[in-house]
Amino acid sequence: MATMPASASDLLKSFKLKTKQQELLIRVSILCLVYILAFITRLFSVLRYESMIHEFDPYFNYRTTLYLTENGFYDFWNWFDYESWYPLGRIVGGTLYPGLMVTAVLIYRILRFLRFAVHIREVCVLTAPFFASNTTLVAYFFGKEIWDSGAGLVAAILIAVCPGYISRSVAGSYDNEGVAIFALLFTFYVFVKAVNTGSLAWSLASAFGYFYMVSAWGGYVFIINLIPLYVLVLLITGRYSMRLYVAYNCMYILGMLLAMQIRFVGFQHVQSGEHMAAMGVFFLMQVFYFLDWVKHMLSDTKLFQAFLRITVTSAVAVGGIALGLGMVSGYISPWTGRFYSLLDPTYAKDHIPIIASVSEHQPTAWSSFMFDFHILLFLFPAGLYFCFKRLSDATIFIVMYGLTSMYFAGVMVRLILVATPAVCLISAIAVSATVKNLTVLLRSKNKVVQTGSTKGSGGSKSSSKALLDQSQPFQKNGAIALLFGAFYLLSRYATHCTWVTSEAYSSPSIVLAARGAHGNRVIFDDYREAYFWLRQNTPQDAKVMSWWDYGYQITAMGNRTVIVDNNTWNNTHIATVGRAMSSYEDEAIEIIRSLDVDYVLVVFGGVTGYSSDDINKFLWMVRIGGGVFPVIKEPDYLVNGEYRVDKGAAPKMLNCLMYKLCYYRFGEMMTEYGKPPGYDRARGVEIGNKDVKLEHLEEAFTTSNWIVRIYRVKPPNNRW
Amino acid sequence: MGISRFVLLVFTISMLASPALSDLVLSKVDRRIYLTSHIVRISSTLEVENAGPETVSKVLLAFPDLQAQNLAYLMASPHEAKAKVKVSVVSFPIDVVKPEDMPPGVTFYSVSLPQGLTVGASFTFDVLAVFTQALRPMPEQIGQADIQLVLYQDSAYYLSPYVVKVQSLSLKVPDSRIESYTTLQSTKVQGSEIKYGPYENLPAFSSSPITVHFENNLPFAIAQELVREIEISHWGNVLVTEHYKLIHGGAQSKGEFSRLEPQARENVQGPSAVRYLVAHLPPRAHSVYYRDAIGNISTSHLRGDSKKTELLIEPRYPMFGGWRTAFTIGYGLPLQDCLYESEGRRFLNITFSSPMIELVIDTLIVKVVLPEGSSDISVAAPFFMKQWQETKISHLDIVGRAVVVLEKTNLVPEHNQYFQVLFCSPCSIEKACTLVLAY
Repeated sequence: MATMPASASDLLKSFKLKTKQQELLIRVSILCLVYILAFITRLFSVLRYESMIHEFDPYFNYRTTLYLTENGFYDFWNWFDYESWYPLGRIVGGTLYPGLMVTAVLIYRILRFLRFAVHIREVCVLTAPFFASNTTLVAYFFGKEIWDSGAGLVAAILIAVCPGYISRSVAGSYDNEGVAIFALLFTFYVFVKAVNTGSLAWSLASAFGYFYMVSAWGGYVFIINLIPLYVLVLLITGRYSMRLYVAYNCMYILGMLLAMQIRFVGFQHVQSGEHMAAMGVFFLMQVFYFLDWVKHMLSDTKLFQAFLRITVTSAVAVGGIALGLGMVSGYISPWTGRFYSLLDPTYAKDHIPIIASVSEHQPTAWSSFMFDFHILLFLFPAGLYFCFKRLSDATIFIVMYGLTSMYFAGVMVRLILVATPAVCLISAIAVSATVKNLTVLLRSKNKVVQTGSTKGSGGSKSSSKALLDQSQPFQKNGAIALLFGAFYLLSRYATHCTWVTSEAYSSPSIVLAARGAHGNRVIFDDYREAYFWLRQNTPQDAKVMSWWDYGYQITAMGNRTVIVDNNTWNNTHIATVGRAMSSYEDEAIEIIRSLDVDYVLVVFGGVTGYSSDDINKFLWMVRIGGGVFPVIKEPDYLVNGEYRVDKGAAPKMLNCLMYKLCYYRFGEMMTEYGKPPGYDRARGVEIGNKDVKLEHLEEAFTTSNWIVRIYRVKPPNNRW
Repeated sequence: MGISRFVLLVFTISMLASPALSDLVLSKVDRRIYLTSHIVRISSTLEVENAGPETVSKVLLAFPDLQAQNLAYLMASPHEAKAKVKVSVVSFPIDVVKPEDMPPGVTFYSVSLPQGLTVGASFTFDVLAVFTQALRPMPEQIGQADIQLVLYQDSAYYLSPYVVKVQSLSLKVPDSRIESYTTLQSTKVQGSEIKYGPYENLPAFSSSPITVHFENNLPFAIAQELVREIEISHWGNVLVTEHYKLIHGGAQSKGEFSRLEPQARENVQGPSAVRYLVAHLPPRAHSVYYRDAIGNISTSHLRGDSKKTELLIEPRYPMFGGWRTAFTIGYGLPLQDCLYESEGRRFLNITFSSPMIELVIDTLIVKVVLPEGSSDISVAAPFFMKQWQETKISHLDIVGRAVVVLEKTNLVPEHNQYFQVLFCSPCSIEKACTLVLAY
């Protein structure tokens, strides 16, 4: 009997972990929790709405994924899609980044193999949250690499809930960015690891990470420019080493070769202006290390100076001539408009209206920085300070990543996403370093207090410790207050992130939700109503004309051919549609007939007060149409420099096709109590032309809240 | 053209009519034709008398071929004074027969009486015949705001190979608005009912065509294809999934659509549109969902009590004539409500057809997914249908589950009867439960 408790306590003792093991256990459990948290916080959209694909581009991705599951990879690769860009069609296999679809199908196949009878839609919906979870792991390891495991943990937590990332990775947001941020961070992490270790294995891994990134998102251009820039900075600051040489060369050569396997990218790595920096740095590096080697071999400094001069001059000359010849002969394409618009924020506005018309391409407002980063915005400079204080190859990288991506985030709203991992990592360094300093202060003081009490005022203490002792009470309180402050800020961050996720970023934008008069939730499901009507009640080969925003949705949900869609590759075609929409009906019908259109679809928010409708997008139709066809002149639609729809509107505005289609029979409609019929709630005015007559088109369908209106093109009248 | 063909046919029949089977005499025929929905139900009470020298056990029913094509359901049962009571009706077996020396263009069904009719005896029984596509919209195309008028054709006299002594016919239309009807001698209209007869002592195969043209705004909902999947899970659930492909089979919609009118005057416009469908699900149905290829449809209501669960679903858009839609509804049922055990075999007892009320189904495919490893499978159904087996691989299956597939065409709500699938399960529920508990 007496031995029993003893053996039990032995057993307990054997379970007792050492401090290091305890720390590992805590770290692993925190990581597991963060992994789960990152996944479930992105499920708000499923709980609020349903398991569905969101927005515009994800519908194309979903449609292609469906095609890939049904027809296999080779058919997918060779797919010519005749259901979009009628009558041109689109070579899908050669004009998309297949990484996302292949990933989703791979997950789907694995689950199927494990006998989970899931639908491909569920896989697509949950791909982005799954990859967000994986990103937190990468963030942990990255943080550990550049600072310590504490910073890694904080980085994982911050990135798990950061709204800037959640905005593009909620469940249902089945877009390239969802997997691309994972690929981006993974490539960077592995590359930094390769630079730190000089290991060929890590640089090989970074080449494959880069390959995955190239296959997933056009944002890979950021990697292929940032890494050479980083290498250049290291070379200039004299931090070059054999490790860097191995890492960059292996990553660049293999990454480039692998990237060429993606059809959409093809030979761009050697032919396009955006990729030339990487190549230039590659050659520069060879020259640099060659010179370094020569310097090492030659003992004579004077001889080396001469050799250096000759080599550098000839290398620069050869490089310059090669570049010049390439540019002149057209072998190397100049920078694209998109790239220019990144470097010069005003470029798109003046030259490419189609890029400027997209809301996510607008320059970022300060409020959205605050909205997406919250306290990280203040922690970011603090983190930079810590990085500069402990400069290493890794911290230089993260500083450069943070600064460049912050600049791009300022240029375009959507690029906040790219900046988010860097901001999270740098902020994590700030949080971790601060908290660590404070706790060290607290703990050491406790020790001092203890030692002080036991040993009294023993003379073995050094003078500095005595100094510490003197300032002890004040410092301790201060540290505690600062710690509480930090935790308060972090808790505010957590609440803010949750609130933003649930309120702002979880809406699928296909289904609109509003609060009713009694506080109840009202759902406007008009988009799907219209698309399903198209799918069921129009001929299989019907051609639908709409503004390009709805192209992907019409093909994916309505299963009908569209004239233009969100892949804005042909500006002229879009301008033709814009011209048709902004012409008088009898002129427009010529364009409509020439495009063989059967149905015209417009989105109209006048009844519900839905503001992102076609009337509010109309200025872009006029601008894009006018950019190609000079017959469309923007001033014709303007009154005192603004677009109006009421009585004071320009006559051309009141009679153009878009106006007629939106407001057909709207003049008889009472929208709001106490307002005249034909009161447009989206713009808050009574419309100017209530007697809209259509000659060549007839109303085929209007959804229950009038958000989508579909018109049938009447066959031409018999001549006699 | 349809009219003339029908008239021609009826005349041919009367020309060719020869008193062939004269052993039996129908001493009284009372026919009631219900035209109150898009399904036509003819309920007849026949009093048959044996005037011949021998005992007779079979009675022939005759339908012109044009009608017989659309005949979905035919049932004969002993006559009961209270027609409303439908409980425990024993129906008599009915076969299609081709007797000799009969005029062409007529299909015969032979009803086996429960016991032979002795000489001079008489017997009264009810016949219920249900027809689909018997109403023809006229005009065939209507605008969105117009009412729907339909045409119905039949014979005022009961078509029979026997001499009919006394007969009467009444047609019930949904509304008192009757555009036109054939007037014969002794025709009366009372509200929404048209009465023909009584007629006395008519020879065999006598007929007289009648045509009724009337307003019928009830939704003509037709499921062109319905696939029902019934999946048995021994974890305590029977999952029913129903994939509908629906069409509005009434007068085609023409002209311009307008959202303005239906919103301004709710009930006046688009009267024949299918706005909603009602399904009567079994009691204790749970986890009900309603969706289609592109996501959930939010317009549905579910009410439940201990007797039934009522599901009201609205299509994404009101369906006008000729419009289509497709959707899926699904629900779970507790296992103990559907699965029973007898003589060492399990059997599933569940309704065969759709729970939607007044829905015509062109093709119905029922797939019963049995638990993995089920063997010795057989089906007991109240009527004949095509039947084969498949395999389905579902969650965590290794070899796949046995699926019994049943197919039948042209169904009406009367087909919604219980059927049984019997099978031997590889391990009992108790074993599975203990297995789970053990882990």
